[in-house]
Amino acid sequence: MTAMTTGSGNGQAVQAGPAAAPPAAAEAPESRRPGRIRTHLPSSPWLFLAPGLLIVGGFSLYPFVSTVLNSFTDARTLVDGQWVGGANYQELIHDEMFWIGLRNSALYVLGVVPLLVVLPLLLAMLVQRHLPGITFFRSAFYTPVVASVVVVGLIWVWLLDDRGLVNSVLGAIGVGTVPFLSDQWLLLLSAMLVTVWKGLGYYMIIYLAALTNVPRELHEACAVDGAGAVRRFFTVTVPAVRSTMVLVGALSSVAAFKVFSEVYLMAGDGGGPGGADTTLVMLVRQVGTGLSGRVGYASAISVVVFVVTLGLMLLVLRANRKEDR
Amino acid sequence: MSTLTASRRGPSRPGRSGGSGGPSRREERRRERLAEKQQSGRRMPVWQWVLRYALLLAVLALTVGPFLWQLSTSLKGPTEDIYSYPPKLLPEDPTFDNYGKVAELIPVWDFALNSLKVAAANVLTNCVGAALAGYALARMRFRGRKAALVVFVMAMLVPVESIIIAQFLTMRELQLNNTLVGVLLPACIGAMNVLLMRNAFANLPYEVEEAAYVDGANAWQRFYRIALPSVKGTLAVVAIFAFMGAWDDFLWPLIVLSDQSNFTLTVGLNYLHGQFADNQRLVAAGTIIAVLPLIVMFACLQRFFFRGVGEGAVKG
Repeated sequence: MTAMTTGSGNGQAVQAGPAAAPPAAAEAPESRRPGRIRTHLPSSPWLFLAPGLLIVGGFSLYPFVSTVLNSFTDARTLVDGQWVGGANYQELIHDEMFWIGLRNSALYVLGVVPLLVVLPLLLAMLVQRHLPGITFFRSAFYTPVVASVVVVGLIWVWLLDDRGLVNSVLGAIGVGTVPFLSDQWLLLLSAMLVTVWKGLGYYMIIYLAALTNVPRELHEACAVDGAGAVRRFFTVTVPAVRSTMVLVGALSSVAAFKVFSEVYLMAGDGGGPGGADTTLVMLVRQVGTGLSGRVGYASAISVVVFVVTLGLMLLVLRANRKEDR
Repeated sequence: MSTLTASRRGPSRPGRSGGSGGPSRREERRRERLAEKQQSGRRMPVWQWVLRYALLLAVLALTVGPFLWQLSTSLKGPTEDIYSYPPKLLPEDPTFDNYGKVAELIPVWDFALNSLKVAAANVLTNCVGAALAGYALARMRFRGRKAALVVFVMAMLVPVESIIIAQFLTMRELQLNNTLVGVLLPACIGAMNVLLMRNAFANLPYEVEEAAYVDGANAWQRFYRIALPSVKGTLAVVAIFAFMGAWDDFLWPLIVLSDQSNFTLTVGLNYLHGQFADNQRLVAAGTIIAVLPLIVMFACLQRFFFRGVGEGAVKG
């Protein structure tokens, strides 16, 4: 038995196994039963669903419940915890690292989302016309999406190195060496740019699908009326793809708030100079893993991460619904 | 969320439903291209044409350039200056030495094999599990169907990052931490994939299965022989994204694996970067080993990647 203190949560998981198993045994000789209104045996749907429900229940929903419960205990990796009520949450309020993490994750959302809503739309408009070779360009722009975030992070660590390509070019034009990876703010900014760079192609494809639904007649009518390209972009294109922009905003803000890999790779385990670039998810990992990991406290931070991401999603979706009316 | 998905999938549905999605869609695209050709012949002035290609090439340099620079660095020998200015994209004396050296320092091929094992297993479990569950949700009438659907939707809304500590504890209780099975299990049947498969099955015409039922086919036969072959496209999307997800995943393997012998490529690269940060040629070689298989796969199976973005947009 380990730090999983919450007995009730444990029982559930154990029960889930047997509950799903008996129908499996009874079902084995699947036979036809003509004349019945039902087109399948009562147990067959559960047989079909069993693997999926087991995995999703055991590795998504059960951990979620136990995260919430753990956040009210002082559990550690190797020690069962005691119920401590809201003490973890009280500690959060006075924990400087938590606020730094929250600030960095929030800044990440503010920095990344506007760029990821606008730039891929422009890119999609650029590759929308079927010019010769356009499929090649579309695929090439998508390549960063395919690569692992670790690969992408390391590529940019090398490019932004003090002696890397970017700095040698900047040095040649007289700017001097820019400490992309050692200054607290520049590092966060660089990580954001890497996230944007990696996300461009993905959202471009989403926009590309939406753009095919923009009626061409509208553009033509507008052009006849003498509207320039910029004017047409704002009066025709943007309203037509607005719901897609909201979707992209929701997806990218949720992803941005949960940022881990980019900052972890560029700032290192400790989270940059003095831990000043630690994000919330990095903090969860720092606090909650290892032999003396404070599981209870890390769970409390995790709950905050969950609440904020859910809130972000609801906020954006609600904004969309309001505009729809 | 549901309103959004509906509005996103709405336009693509008429093309796919009815089983003959392929040709009609292609036809549509051809017509669209024709119309644009006429239009562009009429409208697009030369300066705009030049401007478009200039922009395309600029973005191309920005997106592909970093990969090429990494490839170039990995091919430069120890005597060549990788910090030189002006930068040289083409190595003077290209060599594969760095790839050999990486393999001496860290068991990079073992890491690749571990990644491959996890990714292949992830493809199999996701395809089988999601197809089974999706079929039950789309085609069977039973008590608790709504509840089962809600379970999958809820699971989709829980971000992995916020339950990662509890997942790790669960793995430890199962004694699966620091194993590849432990890496595989939490994502081995994605809720998103179940919902994707459910939509695919729900879009098939029901009459064929009714006919099969009348002919005496049981639920399994109707699933395996009739429904499954009709959703190969979606299945391919699930497979590709399952492979990519497992191959590229970083946070979870980083937490669950502690022995170097079990590292997957991403965790191994992180280790390489931590230990030999000053030798950029080796890190570059390692990243190329990690990224090349996926780029090759992408080049071969592009259309499924793009379709996956459209269908799984909610995945993020």
